[in-house]
Amino acid sequence: MAGIELLSDQGYRLDGRKATELRKVQAQMGVFGQADGSAYLEQGNTKVLAVVYGPHEVRGARSKIQHDRAVINCQYSMATFSTAERKRRPHGDRKSSEMSLHLKQTFEAAVLTQLYPRSQIDIYVKILQSDGGNYSACVNAATLAVIDAGIPMRDYVCACTAGFVDDTPLADLCHAEESGGGTSLAVALLPRGGQIALLQMDARLHQDHLDTLMEAAMTACKGVSKVLDEVVRQHLQETSVLTGE
Amino acid sequence: MLKSKTFVKKTRSGGILKVVREHYLRDDIWCGSEVCEDCKDESPVLEKNPCLESSLCTYPHYLIPDTNVVLHQIDVLEDPLIRNVIILQTVLQEVRHRSGPAYKRIKDAIHNKEKHFYTFTNEHHRETFIEREPGESANDRNDRAIRVAAQWYSKHIPNSAEIKVVMLTNDRLNKEKAEQAGLVVYKCEEYIKSLIANPELVDRLAATADDQNEMTSSKIIFPEHLPLSQIQTGIKSGKYIQGTFRANRDNYLEGTVFVHGEGDESTEILLQGLQKLNRAVHQDLVAVELLPRDDWVAPSAVVLQDDGGKGEDDEEEEDEEKKLQTKKVHRDAMKPTGRVVGIIKRNWRPYCGMLNVSQIKESTRHLFTPADRRIPRIRIETRQAATLAGQRIMVAIDGWPKNSRYPKGHFMKSLGNAGDKETETEVLLLEHDVPHLPFSQKVLSFLPKMPWAITEDDMKNRVDLRHLCVCSVDPPGCTDIDDALHCRDLENGNLEVGVHIADVSNFIRPGNALDEEAASRGTTVYLCGKRIDMVPELLSSNLCSLRSNVERLAFSCIWEMNHNAEILNTRFTKSVINSKASLTYAEAQMKIDDANMNDDITQSLRGLNKLAKILKAKRIEKGALTLSSPEVRFHIDSETHDPIDLQTKELKETNSMVEEFMLLANISVAQKIYDEFSECALLRKHPCPPPSNYDILHKATKTKNLVIHTDSAKELADSLNEAEIDGFPYFNTLLRILATRCMMQAVYFCSGLDSDFRHYGLATPIYTHFTSPIRRYSDIIVHRLLAVAIGADSTYPALMDKHKQAALCNNLNYRHKMAQYAQRASVAFHTQLFFKNRGILNEEGFILFVRKNAIIILIPKFGLEGTVFFENRDKPSPKMLFNEEGPTLTVEGHTFNMFDRVRVTISLDASNIQNQKIRMALLDPVIPGVSVPLPEPEPEAKKAKLDR
Repeated sequence: MAGIELLSDQGYRLDGRKATELRKVQAQMGVFGQADGSAYLEQGNTKVLAVVYGPHEVRGARSKIQHDRAVINCQYSMATFSTAERKRRPHGDRKSSEMSLHLKQTFEAAVLTQLYPRSQIDIYVKILQSDGGNYSACVNAATLAVIDAGIPMRDYVCACTAGFVDDTPLADLCHAEESGGGTSLAVALLPRGGQIALLQMDARLHQDHLDTLMEAAMTACKGVSKVLDEVVRQHLQETSVLTGE
Repeated sequence: MLKSKTFVKKTRSGGILKVVREHYLRDDIWCGSEVCEDCKDESPVLEKNPCLESSLCTYPHYLIPDTNVVLHQIDVLEDPLIRNVIILQTVLQEVRHRSGPAYKRIKDAIHNKEKHFYTFTNEHHRETFIEREPGESANDRNDRAIRVAAQWYSKHIPNSAEIKVVMLTNDRLNKEKAEQAGLVVYKCEEYIKSLIANPELVDRLAATADDQNEMTSSKIIFPEHLPLSQIQTGIKSGKYIQGTFRANRDNYLEGTVFVHGEGDESTEILLQGLQKLNRAVHQDLVAVELLPRDDWVAPSAVVLQDDGGKGEDDEEEEDEEKKLQTKKVHRDAMKPTGRVVGIIKRNWRPYCGMLNVSQIKESTRHLFTPADRRIPRIRIETRQAATLAGQRIMVAIDGWPKNSRYPKGHFMKSLGNAGDKETETEVLLLEHDVPHLPFSQKVLSFLPKMPWAITEDDMKNRVDLRHLCVCSVDPPGCTDIDDALHCRDLENGNLEVGVHIADVSNFIRPGNALDEEAASRGTTVYLCGKRIDMVPELLSSNLCSLRSNVERLAFSCIWEMNHNAEILNTRFTKSVINSKASLTYAEAQMKIDDANMNDDITQSLRGLNKLAKILKAKRIEKGALTLSSPEVRFHIDSETHDPIDLQTKELKETNSMVEEFMLLANISVAQKIYDEFSECALLRKHPCPPPSNYDILHKATKTKNLVIHTDSAKELADSLNEAEIDGFPYFNTLLRILATRCMMQAVYFCSGLDSDFRHYGLATPIYTHFTSPIRRYSDIIVHRLLAVAIGADSTYPALMDKHKQAALCNNLNYRHKMAQYAQRASVAFHTQLFFKNRGILNEEGFILFVRKNAIIILIPKFGLEGTVFFENRDKPSPKMLFNEEGPTLTVEGHTFNMFDRVRVTISLDASNIQNQKIRMALLDPVIPGVSVPLPEPEPEAKKAKLDR
């Protein structure tokens, strides 16, 4: 029969959420000892590991050096076991390169890079399990990792996707919803100031609907920021207890 | 709020994939009952005191049907009597998966507020969600989910309310388990039968598989159908052929399977005999196997009707009939013959028809004869046979077991007494597939709220034209006025002419239920004394109708013209107008003719009329055809709504005035949208007919020593104008009627998928429909396109998708064709009513066609066409000689030519109540043994002779 019904008449989505509800977000900071900062984040079934090194001296080509600020280097990859069908190339394909670039742009906007001239910050993210909203999960995990590394940022960068079905904006799409056709808009937001670090949309959407969709995505981002804030405070409390302060 | 519980589902798609999905369980899903105080539902759906008297459940109760009950007994559930039903999400999902139509119907029922159907999202409820256990099949799990939900309900609803939930299932195992769990559970039949005071619902029950097993008639009549998997492999290997089954209208033992080939390679396979047809019903998608060449047969020319009343014992007779057929096979006339091996997809719909009451008085099994002769008779069970006899009823087929001569079905509803005006109208609407049900709540919810007024927002992209002296001219009694006109002098000496069309697209927004309904209806259908609206009445007769002295939104097409009707400048804009007068054609004509009147409206009309005449002359110069078809209008009695008189439509100057400007607007708009959207403009074309179509016209005129040139529309128009015979004023009209029959159908199409845009009849290179958005959906699309083109509205994806446009065009063309047929059928029925009260008439007519064994006669007075047969079943046929060249027919020495004047008697033959017909019999010329004597005042004696 017809394709799947993304939003039922009663207002429930495939997985039982309502249109504005996010998936369950769980996160943990400081999961690795060797890295300068690290975080593990689950957004529903999307699971991401983010690791930050730096700031440190610029490695490799010296031409990359920026004299007034730090260079941010991002690398995005997906585990071979992260999708339903085993992935052949975990990184380096077009999609991954694009995603790396997007992450780089996002964090260049958020990290106070001018504090570290002539240095480099490496952000590595790996998708362990993919279930839609990969970009936003990566951004959220990377934010936590950067905070864990103690690198100053203007604000949390929170990202979330939003889709548009039956004239209703849906927050935080899962894989089934993303692949069910229709538009998906990803927003990375600095929630306190309401500035948008990155906005991305692949499919077509009528201009009239853009505002409502953006509104929904931004509300969702603010929801994410609350969760992240909670995680950071929790982590801080735990570490301060450990260090006996 | 979020009780998150993730779980794992496995599905297969192509290879084996493990799909992991989250499944959130919630505790904020309410039970939807008015009595419950725990749930914080704002507007509970289920009533506080659901009263439905049943002898099984004497207490108030809510119903929970399982999937199969919803799927098979949707007719019962749709009944207004059945209310307060809980439809579980599990059930809804399963129905959606298994049957699209049933899903749509149950959704409509849920949306209907009167019905109090509540959808309980049990799969996401914390307490009613269950996981599939190892070894449990998906169906069993769903059944269990239904039971768990029912149990939850019976615990959840407070005891004080004394409301119980009653589960309905036809599955024996499910029922047993539910009883063990302490639920009140009944079989659907049991429950429906127990309903006090509503015994007629029982007949609506569909026959289920259980009932069929009880049937003891052991004789297997039909070969088994192959399973779908076997058919599929068979089709792949070329052993079987897939095609659409089309039953023969005249011979119930014969049918063809139409095989869609690539391009023009469509072929037909002949099927003959009940065994070979193997339970295929008209329009089914079937798989056939070709028979070896030796067994091929020729289609028989015999008319065989499955006459009722013989029951199941008439098989011997059929065998005889079959032999009779096979005798006269010619070698060269043989066609590929096959047999049906399986049904790929049934295409059953509800059928209209009448009941043949069984001879046995107490019998509950009866045969039903559909109005469409291509559909076999259907066996139904009913206790109301006595009341249903003589009524038109609707029946749905449930199945066709291999041991049954006829398909089994169930009674759906009665349409009323046969012969009643309402009933017959309903029948012809149903048989022509005209959607005519009242608009659903969902559709109505998209209507603007009353009182409605023009707001600031509306004015944003509009021009205020309220000051203009606009008026509308329509037929008398018209309430859906979609066009209005104005004409005024400009300062530079030119004229400004405006055509203002109701802005329906402002109210019908793309994609909503209202839009979808209108798109599916396609057109408003006008029957005699009845109108089936495409859009709800609030729009068609009020908000969109450009009535006088109210402010209305319009889409205007404004030209600047000089006095020679040459267009200097064209402008399209959305506007607001205030029509100054709604006139009828006659009123407008009077204003124009009355030299004493000199008000603004009259001035405007005169200007329009003058321009229209020039435009028309120009159009005819270019080769537009003036065709003719005998159209009649009934004078309908205002009290009884019976036709009291017939009148052929009269055309006034003002008719053509309005028409001219509509054509002009359509052409201007067509050009504009094509220029703007060359790929997805919705246009209308009228293909040039192939030369062979004109053969009959050539032959006919040859006998009158006239020549008609048909090489181009222009030549045809000219020679039609010149074709006159002295002393035979009606000849020209006859010729035009004949020419009309040679034409092709005009169709909508999408400009991106076609290259030939010409409109042959109107002699214009491009054409579309813009001027009647209230009654045609094509015009709404054209409005949207034009609105986007001038930047007054936004676009949406489907509008720019040429394939979607093409699919829409197909539906519109189909609906238009069906609407035309329905209109004709309605006229035919009213003609019958008219003649029913008249007895036998004798009238003058003209021969329109000559056939091998009959002549077709047109009676100009009634615009009625009828056939006089010269062959008779009972009598030996007279000596007949048919000459192909003339064409002429010589009967007993008298030669009939086309256009001959004859006199005939007209009467109504009511011998077959299902298929009443107008009978014509020849009076003059007198041919012994063929013509009938002049009717005497006493009609009784005549009837016998008039039989055929």
